Amino acid sequence: MASSSASARARRQDHIATGVLTAIVAVICVALVAIVVYIVGSGAGKLFDVSFLTGKPQQFKAGGGIGPELFNSFYLLVLTLLLSLPLSLGAAIYLAEYAHEGPVTTAAKTIIETLSSLPSIVVGLFGMLFFVLQLGWGFSIMSGALALTMFNLPILTRVIQQALEAVPRDQRDAGLALGLTRWETTIHILIPSAMPAIVTGVILSAGRVFGEAAALIYTAGQSAPMLDFTNFDLSSASCPWNVWRPAETLAVHIWKINSEGVVPDLAAVSSGTAAVLMVCILAFNIIARIVGRRLERRLTAE
Amino acid sequence: MTPINQGPVSTRPATGEGDAADLRSVILETRDVTVTYGTHEALHPTSLAFAAGEVTSLIGPSGCGKSTYLRSINLMNREIEGCKVGGQVIYRGQDVNAPGVDLFELRKHIGMVFQQPNPFHKSIYENVAFAPRRHGITKKSDLDQLVEESLRAAAIWDEVKDKLSESGFALSGGQQQRLCIARTLAMHPDIVLMDEPCSALDPISTFAVEETIRSMASRGICTIIVTHNMEQAARVSDRCAFFLLGEMVETGVTAEMFANPSDQRLDDYLTGRFG
Repeated sequence: MASSSASARARRQDHIATGVLTAIVAVICVALVAIVVYIVGSGAGKLFDVSFLTGKPQQFKAGGGIGPELFNSFYLLVLTLLLSLPLSLGAAIYLAEYAHEGPVTTAAKTIIETLSSLPSIVVGLFGMLFFVLQLGWGFSIMSGALALTMFNLPILTRVIQQALEAVPRDQRDAGLALGLTRWETTIHILIPSAMPAIVTGVILSAGRVFGEAAALIYTAGQSAPMLDFTNFDLSSASCPWNVWRPAETLAVHIWKINSEGVVPDLAAVSSGTAAVLMVCILAFNIIARIVGRRLERRLTAE
Repeated sequence: MTPINQGPVSTRPATGEGDAADLRSVILETRDVTVTYGTHEALHPTSLAFAAGEVTSLIGPSGCGKSTYLRSINLMNREIEGCKVGGQVIYRGQDVNAPGVDLFELRKHIGMVFQQPNPFHKSIYENVAFAPRRHGITKKSDLDQLVEESLRAAAIWDEVKDKLSESGFALSGGQQQRLCIARTLAMHPDIVLMDEPCSALDPISTFAVEETIRSMASRGICTIIVTHNMEQAARVSDRCAFFLLGEMVETGVTAEMFANPSDQRLDDYLTGRFG
């Protein structure tokens, strides 16, 4: 009798827990969907407006576009990933596969964890003092990309390290027992197995980089010279590929027009930019996931 | 390659020695091998000899040191931090722990099959062809031939020949384990170490793996198999070694050992009084 009432209580608790957990998830989902719908909804008018997407930003009058900002955001993202992906991959492989457990690895892991929660404004100010002023690079894409790399490196390293560590030990054993080196085992067996998790990690970090403002305000700067895509003179400020020119991104643009903007259509430009940023990140996520899945299929069973 | 060591084996207990040791072509010998984790000696000095074409079972209760012993043969213990192997493991007359021995070359000759089937996240074909290709076989026709030959040797060819490009993980557990055996056989090993290869398999798959082990022996491969299953040890192995609490208690010809255990502890184990 006692045991049956105990099991009835356990079942009731299970029902309550299920209900509470479902409610929590529902609240989170509703809040997130509401934010996305609100942002995309309020900027919807600008989302398909070609002259807004490709146009030149205005300082004082209405009708400004975000052409250079859109390009700058992608360009900085690509440069940042080019810099941070190989470095973090190398660091993660070392930490996960080569390093012996000991004070040095423990210290390295602690430092990486600390750095991954470093406020981005701190990274930005460091970037300004070091890249912009000390090295004299000025407000430039290079300063911005390096600041973003510093910001991205610890997160990416941790994600890749965890992805590698999540591959079952027996996969390593199988490779080593066939007379393969640790490097062959890592490159040909572990990385392909960890690829979906690595791709997900890269997407998430790329989303953060793409939407980052604080680290860029004082490194890549807040001005967006109009770009001329026929200009391949890498020393010219209007050459899109010139990494020494200042480059305002979408996220910095939102911050700037809201804090010191004087254009009459400020709210429309701001919400339009936010909507574009949002859609870009969504699209980037979806594309990267598809690529990740294809890659996994190709690498694992052709 | 150094010639096969034909010499007799000196350090073996006299128990259950019905065969003439001198006639066996010993390919692998361990002399007082110990394995220590930190300060704990998980394996006390163990001396055994293994001949080509012979199947040896390592039996004993869980935690008795038989897997630890097995992993010291192909130096997989080196991958575990804090693990030290003492004594000598002599493969074809060469101490494998001597400086200058190519670990990767050694593991090509001494293959290993694990307890849980662990195919790579690759196609069935690639599971077999991958390591040989890394070791320098690049011609497509050579690889095709090697893959077929290895899958046939592991008695799985007929089941997978029409789906070589599918993932190894699409197979059943028993098929996966035979794929892992095929992958090991593709290296043309002299010795195959098996760490409870059937403990995750159903009886039918177990039977198929045991058949494979016997056919490997008939082709001259020396197989050392760790097993919990006394019937399996009786079915597949020519010789047997009984481990208890990190000590190799008794070794000999399987049939004789099971019929007339000379050590009381083995007798207790066989009659189910513990373990």
